[in-house]
Amino acid sequence: MRRSAAPLLLLLLTATLLALPQILPRFHTYVAAIVLLTALLATSLNLAIGYTGLYQFGHAVFYGVGAYGTALMLTRSGMPAPIAFLVGPLAAAALSLVMGVICIRLSKLYFGMLQISLGSLVWAVVYRWYSFTGGDDGIHGIPIPDAIASPKGSYYYTLIVTALCVFAMYRIVRSPFGKAIQGIRDNPVRAAAIGVDVKLHQLASLVIAGFFGGVAGSLFVVVENSVFPDMMFWTFSLEVLIMCLLGGMYTFFGPFVGASVIVLLRVFASIHTRYWSLILGTILTLVIIFLPDGVLGMFVRRPRPKESTGA
Amino acid sequence: MLRVESVVKSFGGFKAVDGANLHVNAGEIVAVIGPNGAGKTTLFHLLTGHLSPDSGRILFKGKEIGGLSPHVVCRRGITRSFQVANIFPRLSVFENVQIAVLSRERKTFRIFSPAKGMAEEEVHRILRSVGLFDQRDVGSDLLSHGDKKVLEIAVALSGNPELLILDEPTAGMAPEETERCIRLIRKLSGESGLTILFCEHDISLVFEIANRIMVMVRGATVAQGSGEEVRRNSEVRSAYLGESGEC
Repeated sequence: MRRSAAPLLLLLLTATLLALPQILPRFHTYVAAIVLLTALLATSLNLAIGYTGLYQFGHAVFYGVGAYGTALMLTRSGMPAPIAFLVGPLAAAALSLVMGVICIRLSKLYFGMLQISLGSLVWAVVYRWYSFTGGDDGIHGIPIPDAIASPKGSYYYTLIVTALCVFAMYRIVRSPFGKAIQGIRDNPVRAAAIGVDVKLHQLASLVIAGFFGGVAGSLFVVVENSVFPDMMFWTFSLEVLIMCLLGGMYTFFGPFVGASVIVLLRVFASIHTRYWSLILGTILTLVIIFLPDGVLGMFVRRPRPKESTGA
Repeated sequence: MLRVESVVKSFGGFKAVDGANLHVNAGEIVAVIGPNGAGKTTLFHLLTGHLSPDSGRILFKGKEIGGLSPHVVCRRGITRSFQVANIFPRLSVFENVQIAVLSRERKTFRIFSPAKGMAEEEVHRILRSVGLFDQRDVGSDLLSHGDKKVLEIAVALSGNPELLILDEPTAGMAPEETERCIRLIRKLSGESGLTILFCEHDISLVFEIANRIMVMVRGATVAQGSGEEVRRNSEVRSAYLGESGEC
């Protein structure tokens, strides 16, 4: 049933997303764009954590580097904007490669701890280097090309880029590479014993995740016209991680759902109460107890074995 | 085909393998037996690169393989199963085998072409040959214990090995599952002429299917030969068979 409903659902979703800025007021269009790019960020993190099984605890760093890379190129270099939008994500991918080479020697939690440490180092540099990154003030009033500078323009730009990136990642998790990293997630020892070079695949997955995280960062520049060091602080990394857990990290679109819930909650619940994180905490607790595989994980049905097995 | 010469491996002060010798000729079924803690599994880990030997030589087709990484050993032509069924639990039975086939074909770095349908024919053929074809879409963690172990053999087979190493293939299996597993091992050896090295606690099973037997006690090889020779060996009797009283 789900299979036949999927194209219709996708069509409906596309139509809604395309129509949103025409219906919604300016502020809500802005929120929708933030939802989209955060969903892209969460989906990219899930490539590392849900699909490769790596404890990627510092993912916001790649988001931040993607954003700062783009922002610095736009404000300080005379380069055309498209190059700036590419340099940010590439810088994030490069950083991901370097950090990956260092962290990949460790496994599980130790990988995550080292990644947080190295990420904090990057954050500290950005936070302190006033002459280059603007320090804790960040960079504001970043010049955006006219075509995508308006709220509607930036929304559509975000929508198109997010859709393309999510589609690319969807293809990746269904490719032989995607199967191999899922095998590594499930059982690295078994994967190596069938000839898969575990570390090389993990590294490739990290670089891809870092790149798409960087793309999300470059979208943030377009939507927000500014960057600040908090976006790469480790607490935000954890928030993105929570999005994956909430939505379901063993499903492709789970992080998308998780990101939407958390961003909307933050925006709309915080209007009414300063304690919006209390609401989030309650929801998360309930999800973990009742839906351990996340909101979307609940809908996944796995075929069960037949009664008898013929030899 | 495989030659192990005075291999030693110690963990801290404990010598898990201490002077193991073994040779396996192409097409043979060779069993390694020995009491618990004799070092059988450690020896297998040394052969497949999961551990590196402290000293001694491990030659496969005349080339040293001791100390290579597991994935390199696999590409040289040795695949294995583990004592505790070692599969990809979140993937389907089909995908478990498919990854192994794609890995052998060195296709795991293709990132945009869909894997669906890739190598389908071969995966189906392998699943049919081990009797898991009907279960191909089942989540592999939902299989019965016996089927998981058979699936693992299927995964190991997908690497098209020249030497298949099985670490206690029938451990924990129900009698009829054991029967099925023995038939499978015989079939693999008979039909495809696969060379098989395995270790096993079920002594009657060992004498039933192995061409030759190597006996390990406290990490060292104490005897090697046909079932009859091993049975007659006095050292083996005192160290192993005598105690168990099965033979």
